[in-house]
Parts: sequence; C-alpha cells; structure tokens
Amino acid sequence: MSTLAVSVWRGGRDGRFQTFMVPRLDAQTVLDVVTHIQRRLDPTLAYRFACRVGMCGSCSMTVNGEPRWTCRTHVANVERNGKLEIAPLAHLPIVRDLVTDMREFFDKWARARGQFQPTKTRRDDVARVAPSSAGRLAIDAAIECIGCGVCYAACDVVAWNPDYLGPAALNRAWTLTNDVRDGAGRARLAAVAGDAGCHACHTHESCSERCPKHLAPTASIAGLKRATALAALRGEL
Amino acid sequence: MSARAETRLWLAQRASAAVLALCVAVHLATMIAAVRGGLTAAEMLGRTRGSIAWAAFYGVFVLAVSIHAPIGLRTVASEWLGWRGRSADVACTIVGVALLALGARAILAVTR
Repeated sequence: MSTLAVSVWRGGRDGRFQTFMVPRLDAQTVLDVVTHIQRRLDPTLAYRFACRVGMCGSCSMTVNGEPRWTCRTHVANVERNGKLEIAPLAHLPIVRDLVTDMREFFDKWARARGQFQPTKTRRDDVARVAPSSAGRLAIDAAIECIGCGVCYAACDVVAWNPDYLGPAALNRAWTLTNDVRDGAGRARLAAVAGDAGCHACHTHESCSERCPKHLAPTASIAGLKRATALAALRGEL
Repeated sequence: MSARAETRLWLAQRASAAVLALCVAVHLATMIAAVRGGLTAAEMLGRTRGSIAWAAFYGVFVLAVSIHAPIGLRTVASEWLGWRGRSADVACTIVGVALLALGARAILAVTR
C-alpha cells in the first residue's frame, strides 16, 4: 500500500507544519486523510467538519496552497508527488491547528444586511414570484452558497482591506436585492456600497474560480455595483 | 466618507477611464503619425498653436487624468500602505489638483 506524506498545520498563528504518513486509499478525500490522522495518529489534532457530503460548508481548509472544501476534494486531484500540505483557511484567525474563527466572516454577512426583511405578515397571501422572472433567475444563480468561506480565503481584497465585506456576504446581499418580498433594499445598498463593499472588488474572480458550488460571486458583486451606481445617480443612496 | 460619496467616486473613476481609453488611443496614434511623418517640433507647434480643437482635446484628456489618477491612488494607498481616512483623501486631492495644474500648463504651452 502506498502512503501519502501529509504536512498539517499545528498550533495557532505562530505554529508550524507537522508531517504524518497516511495510507493512500482509493477514492480518498482530503477530509478522510485528516480524519485518519486525528483518529489513528494524533488525537489532539483539531479540525472541523459536519456533513461530509458538501452541504454544511464547515470542512474548508487550505490544501496545497488553495482553499477547498475537503470533504469533496479527492486526494487524487490535489496530491503532488505523494505529498499534501493542509493548513487552515487564510484571512481568518486560527483557533488551533486546522480550525479558524469564522466570526468575522459571518459578522460581515450581518454588516452587509444579509438578513431577510419581510414586508408582509402571516395574514397576507403568499408572494407569487414567477420562476422565469429576472429577479428570481438572478437569485437562483447565487442562492446555493453554503457559507464555507473558500471565496473569502481566496480573495486578495480581503487580505488588503480587512474591512472588506468579502464575496460571500456581498453574494448574499445580491440575492436579497433581487428578492421582491424584501423591504430593506435601500439600506442594504448603502451597507454594501463603498470601500468596504462592492466597489472594493477588483474583479480578480478568485472567488468564482474557487467556489466549490460553482457560483460566481464576482457576477453578484458586479450586480451590486450596477444597483448602487443607479441608486447614487437617482439620489437614493 | 459616505456610501454615496464613495459610489460617486467609483462612478467618476469608471467614467474617466472610458474617456481616457479614447484619449490615449488618439494621443498615441497622433504621436506615432507625427514622428513617422517626420514632423519637427517646430512644425508640431505650428499646428497646435492657436488650435481650439487640440486645446479642447487635451483639456478633456488632462481633466480625465486629474479625476482618474487620484481616485486610483486612494485605493492603492488604502490597499498597499494601509493609509486610509481624511489624510489620504486630502493627499490624493492634492495630487489631482497638481495633475490638473501641470496638465493645464502643458496645454497652454503648446496651444497658446
């Protein structure tokens, strides 16, 4: 049986890589590798996962220098000469080993007014939204985000500007901007405009390149740029 | 700076970029044509002096540069130097005014 040489980040920000030898198996995912290390080689290894099937977004890590969801990443697609390097997600504080503190990431969703603001009560009829309407189609293209943080870790602007809301929060804001049932449109556009919001995006498209759900946050951010520009020209911002 | 002001700065930079794309193309084509045509400096000045068209063209060019460059520098200062806030805004405004003054001086020198 062949083996993988796996370098895993240990400790906090000032930690270092530790190498483990892990048996190479067929159809093995990176999460399988990390789980093997924690269960068989070093039970003190800290990492985070839940669903194991690409739904919860909790197992994201940096694999050979690139942010990825590890449960759906096959070792065969990322190993280089029998080696793997696994580190915590970039741009987030490290709690320990492969676990990052996601608070800032999700706080930014709230700062981008990522909460749905209802305009009706339970006594009103259910809103009728045509599946073919432009707003619904725009939402469909962006709604499947699982909040894994891969786009945030891949984004250069997050590294340069710590206040930048990031691709995921702006993508969420874009879905709500297109939601005809939502009533916080103007306030949301004001929240996502400016140097910490959509206008800071350089359109590098690293988020779209890396998104494991194949979403295009760059397109959502471009939509927000158009919406905020129109609002500014109309004096509504 | 308010969201409205920052959005307007973004719009101004995009609009000035569109103007610059045209101006730079015309400028480069003119330069290449003039040099390949063998025009001397005196002959070039003979064509630009008193020309309202060249003064207007380069006036628009300089104005677009004076709007575009300081807004971009403001972003560079923020992202690469961590220099943000009022002091950075003032410094970039000074750069914009300086570019406008230097550009206006150059236009006057070749068209008056």
